[in-house]
Amino acid sequence: MSSPRGTKACGGVAADRQIHVLAVDDSSVDRAVIARILRSSKYRVTTVDSGKKALELLGLEPNVNMIITDYWMPEMTGYELLKIVKESSELREIPVVIMSSENVPNRINRCLEEGAEDFLLKPVRPSDVSRLCNRMR
Amino acid sequence: MALASHRHISSCLCSIHSSLCYSTRPEMERSSLQRQLANLKKSLFDQGNLDEQFDQLEELQDDASPNFVEEVVTLFFRDSSRLVANIEQAIEKSPRDYGSLDALVHQLKDSASSIGAAKMMKECTVFREYCDKRNLEGCLRSFQKVKKEHSTLRLKLENYFQLLRQVGPAEKATRSGN
Repeated sequence: MSSPRGTKACGGVAADRQIHVLAVDDSSVDRAVIARILRSSKYRVTTVDSGKKALELLGLEPNVNMIITDYWMPEMTGYELLKIVKESSELREIPVVIMSSENVPNRINRCLEEGAEDFLLKPVRPSDVSRLCNRMR
Repeated sequence: MALASHRHISSCLCSIHSSLCYSTRPEMERSSLQRQLANLKKSLFDQGNLDEQFDQLEELQDDASPNFVEEVVTLFFRDSSRLVANIEQAIEKSPRDYGSLDALVHQLKDSASSIGAAKMMKECTVFREYCDKRNLEGCLRSFQKVKKEHSTLRLKLENYFQLLRQVGPAEKATRSGN
């Protein structure tokens, strides 16, 4: 299988199981960008625009291998979503990556302490995603 | 002798000329469009309207997603127009809620950064600083600049995508390295 120029196709090459990433972001522009980056690495991607919808989907669809979420969202922040996931016995094993346009050390530390897998600064690049390769469940 | 070689040269020139006219006019038009496209792109970067994030988006475009950049830019202008209208309302409201105003400008800035709209990002940053200081005049001034850049960028990018469409598949083939 040929991989797109510049990105590792570490995503979903196994025939039986394609890696499924849930991307959560209230910005339609950012959803389009993160989805494209992930799909070009052969991941299967579902995008939702809120933490609430993310939890609904997680309740219905057990096969999510990673959650990548924006930090600043109205109603439920990415941090709040992270906490709920990590406190749930069904969901806590799913790696959660937080994205933010702001480089705030306290925020980053808090997320990592709460169990976030990684913290990406926006705008997100393909190279940021390829380093997440190894962290999928 | 001189006359013979002159005739020879001019007949050579005639055949070159007619072969140029016959087979390469479309190529000449395309290469002129390609030049326009390259110049427009260069100007967008040189003038600071766009930064390397835009390049990153173009790198993500491929045969599976041939119009990705234009789609994302369209989404951006849809969202940003709405945000600009909301900012307009918030800024005229009395009493002014600088917290809400800042939140709107923050969203606009983030959106701009995702497509590499560098100048818009800078103007939004200045705008937020004035929000922070509750400086109405500063807010109004920087909002004017944000709106101006928004219009300028929209126009330039519309031209850019129009040119891209005219240049067509050959250009896309070149860019993807085929």
